Amino acid sequence: MPTIFVDDRAIEAKTGDNLLEVLLSNGIDVPYFCWHPAMGSVGACRQCAVVGYANPDDTRGRIVMSCMTPVAEGARFSVQADSAASFRNSVIENLMLNHPHDCPVCEEGGECHLQDMTVMVGHSDRRYKGLKTTFRNQYLGPLIGHEMNRCITCYRCVRYYQDYAGGDDLAAFGSRDRVFFGRAEPGVLNNEFAGNLVEVCPTGVFTDKTLSKHYTRKWDLQSAPTVCQACSLGCNTYTSERYGEVRRVHNRYHNEVNGYFLCDRGRFGAQHVNSPKRIPGAGIRNPDGLYEPVEIAEALGKVKALLTEKVIGIGSPRASLESNEALRQLVGADHYCNGMTSTERAMHGVILEVLGSNLCVPSMMEVETFDAILIVGEDVTNHAPRLALSIRQAVRNIGQALAADTGISQWHDAAVRELEQDEKSPLVILSPMADRLDDIASDTHRLAPNDIVAMVEQIIEALDEDEPSDAKNIANTLLSAKRPLIVSGTSLGSTNILKASANLAAALTKKNPSTGVFLCASETNSVGVAMINNTRDAEELLSSSPKTVIVLENDIDTRLGSALLDGVQNLIVIDVMDNPTASRSSIVLPAASFAEAEGTFVNNEGRAQRSMATFNPAGDITPGYQLLGALGGDHLPASRWQQKLAAEHPLFAGVVTCAPDEQFRIEGSRVARMTHRASGRTAMMANVSVHEPQQPLDTESPLAFTMEGNQTRAPASLRPYTWSPGWNSNQSIHKFQDEIGGADKSGTTGIRLFAGTNDLTGFELAEETHANLIGQAHIFGSDELSNEAAELATLIPKPYARMSSATAASLQVAHHDGLGFGDLIMTVLVDEEVADHCVIYPMIPGTQRLGSAQLSALQKVAGYTAPSDPLRPSLITTDRTS
Amino acid sequence: MSNIATDNAVDFLTAQEVTEIESEISHLPNRPSAAIDALKIVQSYRGWISDESLNAIAEMLGMSVAELDGIATFYNLIYRQPVGDKVILYCDSVSCWLMDGDVVCEKIKQKLGVDYGGTTADNKYTLLPVTCLGDCDHAPAMMVGDELHHDLTTDNIEGLLS
Amino acid sequence: MTDKPLTQNIIGFAGHTDFDRYESRGGYAAVRKTVGRTDPDAVLELLKEANLRGRGGAGFPTGMKWSFVPKKEGNGHRYLVANADEMEPGTFKDRLLMEKDPHQLIEGMILSAYTISADVGYIFIRGEYHVAIARLQEAINAAAASGLLGEHILGSAFSFQLHVHVSAGRYICGEETALLNSLEGKRAIPRAKPPFPQVSGLWGRPTIVNNVETLCNVTHIVAHGADWFKSLGLGVDGGTKLFGASGRVARPGCWELPMGTPIREILEEHAGGMAEGYQLKGFLPGGASTDFLTPDHLDIPMEYETVQQAGSRMGTGTMIILDDRSCAVGMIANLAKFFARESCGFCTPCREGLPWVQEVLDRIEAGNGEPDDLDVLERQAQFIGAIGNTHCAHAPGAMEPLTSGLRYFRDEFITHIEGKACPYQREV
Repeated sequence: MPTIFVDDRAIEAKTGDNLLEVLLSNGIDVPYFCWHPAMGSVGACRQCAVVGYANPDDTRGRIVMSCMTPVAEGARFSVQADSAASFRNSVIENLMLNHPHDCPVCEEGGECHLQDMTVMVGHSDRRYKGLKTTFRNQYLGPLIGHEMNRCITCYRCVRYYQDYAGGDDLAAFGSRDRVFFGRAEPGVLNNEFAGNLVEVCPTGVFTDKTLSKHYTRKWDLQSAPTVCQACSLGCNTYTSERYGEVRRVHNRYHNEVNGYFLCDRGRFGAQHVNSPKRIPGAGIRNPDGLYEPVEIAEALGKVKALLTEKVIGIGSPRASLESNEALRQLVGADHYCNGMTSTERAMHGVILEVLGSNLCVPSMMEVETFDAILIVGEDVTNHAPRLALSIRQAVRNIGQALAADTGISQWHDAAVRELEQDEKSPLVILSPMADRLDDIASDTHRLAPNDIVAMVEQIIEALDEDEPSDAKNIANTLLSAKRPLIVSGTSLGSTNILKASANLAAALTKKNPSTGVFLCASETNSVGVAMINNTRDAEELLSSSPKTVIVLENDIDTRLGSALLDGVQNLIVIDVMDNPTASRSSIVLPAASFAEAEGTFVNNEGRAQRSMATFNPAGDITPGYQLLGALGGDHLPASRWQQKLAAEHPLFAGVVTCAPDEQFRIEGSRVARMTHRASGRTAMMANVSVHEPQQPLDTESPLAFTMEGNQTRAPASLRPYTWSPGWNSNQSIHKFQDEIGGADKSGTTGIRLFAGTNDLTGFELAEETHANLIGQAHIFGSDELSNEAAELATLIPKPYARMSSATAASLQVAHHDGLGFGDLIMTVLVDEEVADHCVIYPMIPGTQRLGSAQLSALQKVAGYTAPSDPLRPSLITTDRTS
Repeated sequence: MSNIATDNAVDFLTAQEVTEIESEISHLPNRPSAAIDALKIVQSYRGWISDESLNAIAEMLGMSVAELDGIATFYNLIYRQPVGDKVILYCDSVSCWLMDGDVVCEKIKQKLGVDYGGTTADNKYTLLPVTCLGDCDHAPAMMVGDELHHDLTTDNIEGLLS
Repeated sequence: MTDKPLTQNIIGFAGHTDFDRYESRGGYAAVRKTVGRTDPDAVLELLKEANLRGRGGAGFPTGMKWSFVPKKEGNGHRYLVANADEMEPGTFKDRLLMEKDPHQLIEGMILSAYTISADVGYIFIRGEYHVAIARLQEAINAAAASGLLGEHILGSAFSFQLHVHVSAGRYICGEETALLNSLEGKRAIPRAKPPFPQVSGLWGRPTIVNNVETLCNVTHIVAHGADWFKSLGLGVDGGTKLFGASGRVARPGCWELPMGTPIREILEEHAGGMAEGYQLKGFLPGGASTDFLTPDHLDIPMEYETVQQAGSRMGTGTMIILDDRSCAVGMIANLAKFFARESCGFCTPCREGLPWVQEVLDRIEAGNGEPDDLDVLERQAQFIGAIGNTHCAHAPGAMEPLTSGLRYFRDEFITHIEGKACPYQREV
């Protein structure tokens, strides 16, 4: 641990860090642009300049870039030296030559890293008398706006997009002071993590269009720490609201789960909260099939009256633990099921067993440290998207090892990549179809689901055998790794795939205790509700023909089939949005979305994480657990449901402690959800009434729906947004880390519930039949809630049927013919990457029925004209209307 | 990359172009390393690099169009717009300037009726500035197509650009 | 043994690529006596003893540069690259060497590659040098046909493939690491050093980049030895140098002369002094990115250290002469335009700072200068002008004519600003 001296202050540095990281970690404000904690240093912007001294006698020193300076024992630097301060001031002055005076109309304003750095260096006067370079902007899709005039040419966007995220349709064009960052042609950015550009860009070049449509300044936003609802990985987010609408979602740094980045489904999918399909209030269905709105108290009264007899409760893997537990308590444990299909329950049963075992289950950030990865039948990019980004970093292990051997620091990004060239750590993918990660895979095998299982079993055998085969090659790859990782999940709907993967992980662990296994579950709370109960199933419960059924936030018609609820006389549906099940209910109760309710969710790692309510829902919309509590006669805050869960299931102990309860205060103050600069409170409702209403009280949590409260000292689990004096942008997060890229100073949030000590007795595989029709997950289209985010809905593909030419011939169709199933018509896409006899269809609204269909049921549709690009809806190249 | 049947853009390049590009690739560790060679080869036959040429080269080398265009637009000798039959690269660096090169250039601009970046109406010439041609002892100098012309005066350029 | 080794095949000859004639005049003898016979380390020691310094402008000792290449390990490629991207304004010496005696460069590259155990070589040549390109390729073909290039040269274990890479423009490609990126088919952005190309160069492999003139010198040092080389110089540095002069001199041109030849001799004897009707006002001794010197400096010997002590750099050794009828501000503005245009766009001081300097100089030259413009220029020069402030040496080089111009010709700037006009009449 070298000690360095900065302005005569002795600082203990960490070997391998660069000087900028050390300075920032020690609370010293040094401005920067192009350095990024996840992407290292390139030395482009020159903003982080300090003075470096050659030896103790050197009093003049010379300018060095702190981001590019390794720390050595005894090295001396100055941040405050006049020459360095003057230089940093000149950097901003020169960046401002071409920067437009856009602040008042620029969306970045108020959380702009350029603004912050300009104030930090003290530049204010303009002396340049020339003209500014201007650019034409490009249409980049419905999610990301483009305003090139604001660019300070820091190169962060292309480094992130190309190098970090593996995208290839965003590039730097031109040179000198006319560099343009964009696509070759206008069009939708095709990388699934493009949305991070809005946070990576330090100015307003790349902005969030889902925010633009109802723009709000950061200081006016009301925010909360939330958990993403779009898949099972449990990425941490900040959700922000104003005037009762979710305005935008930002990444909430978590050193073990999502780091600094989100996927586009999670970032933009929360707009579903604003969907016109929201159920606005309670309704009672009349004989004509229309819903009459009623006051919530009346509706609850009517439901209560039905509870005197046996009631079945169907929970949901997308509802919180609190809501599921409240339902279970209301209807009784024997009458509650978690609402998953039997296949889903079986798959999650395997996941639970693995989580409880002593197999190593790494966190998503830890995945980046594994040097050989086998993906077994899991379409990571479309089903558990954020994991794909981690895998893209993991395959760089070989390059990083090479750099270490050559004495090149890991943060010296360009140098590491130059040594790396195209070398990648092994990534083997077993999948029935082409995979988005193929571009970084060393070995791919197209296999139908049962053949994937067979291959894994062969790999297990090959661990101890010598006969050459594909399985042996894969076994060797895993055996020669220092840290091999098995990745699998529920995307193919195969329990055997999960079992075989777990068996392989166990067998490999015996040879190498550093082996890891990472299993992707299905939905936000699949693991959580499987932990509550995984044995009872809806069909079994409904076979006793109950008169009354309560369905909690679960579209049963779509998930389990519409016939299931046919015999139910009183169908009570509690849900967030209208869907086929809600539309056939007798009484519908309006549930709060994740942004309007506190909730605890358990991710695929078994980590319980608390999501706090961002804002109070409008009107009668109420959190599910409160509705159910009211039906049971108590109004209990979320914390009591957490305690009830923990009391009954020792595994849930961490659910109580993963965030402070509603009693928590910081020296008597609550945690304010709004910033201390939030404006307009007295004017907001002036058109309704000039009297300033009392701010809504939050009885559920220690947060407050106001700017009054503690602004700076909340623990990470309660912190609603990231801000620090002088650091208004997301870059302020470093102030809360114990070191750059490290844990939050208040500790890592979320608690992994499984001790992971059980010995795994191998899984036995039962026979599993798979239809030849295989559903492919789509990052946009396969998630129920995010599908209702207006902008993401435009990116859902049109129905297609992918198959090899041999399969097409057997079905007597050709490329771009129409293939029908009922009233669903799919475009035939001939693709030799698909295993023979398999047909791949997208899991999007309208294709659910295909899950149980046979190939023979598909009929060619006469006279069909294929859309020009079925994988993307008509490629709009502009959003101008005139 | 999906191999769903698409139009094969490589058919756009001639066999000769493909052969020359493959010859460059043969001594390089990977195909995208031939990006600049490929651009120069195709431009030598077609005068400039159109979007279609760019797409075809990108596909042949296994790189994205954006990445290849990012490379093409960096280099001043790769033309991403049509040019005349011959490109005049007129040196505007210091040694030529000292020898009144800008005076001669004005004469050329008047004669051809174009400014820097322009192409004559008859499509014979495109006029571009260029950095020092390395012929400073015979300044002012310019290239017309592949030929170097030097010791230019307002008189002798008449004959050079008839 | 000649005292003009670099131009011995050029002076008085029109023929260029002829392999037989090159051989008949002693060409490739050094290769034949060295490859497979002399230990490469011995050749390296010879280079170090001769103290050949890089002829591309930086003057770094070539032997020392090569000594940083790690010992050969494994089967990966190791590269030797000739920097033939001559684009420094005022510089025209490498063109001469390549057009008129291409085999000299090839022989130098074979010997250099042998010394550093490089198996692949590239001549990175600017696209405008069509004649040189054709002649080099012809010469390579002839050398290969004679077994001096390719596999197992002269029956030894040493193999060396040599290719010509024709560049697509941009001055920054002359910066050795930007050159490497361009050779890799990318945008020519320089690399941060360390790591140095010897450790991680072309495609991450050990690489040496040398100027054409430097590599040509290797041939003769190997042929005739270190003592001979050192004896050719008049001062501290050994060998000869191609010196040149352009601008309003009587006989602009390029001449091979001993290192340490006084500037006055180059200017007055070889270039014939100023052209009729012109007086010397100042000069850039080594190309566009060197500091002005004045008539007071004419007796300084042209060598690395002496020119540096006078406050400039020998650079490429080709001088740009500023005459008394040409405007110093105009000249510096012309240079500013060049440097700004050639910025690669990576780092802030160069990308944004050079165009600002250009804007101010253009305004001053056009008669629209303002009193605080000189403060702006000086502050920008301080901001941009030190190695370490920027990502590479391009922008600091750009500031050399400006800062020295402000020192020696400040009165011209002031006249422009106060008189709101350029006092030098030009017919445009």
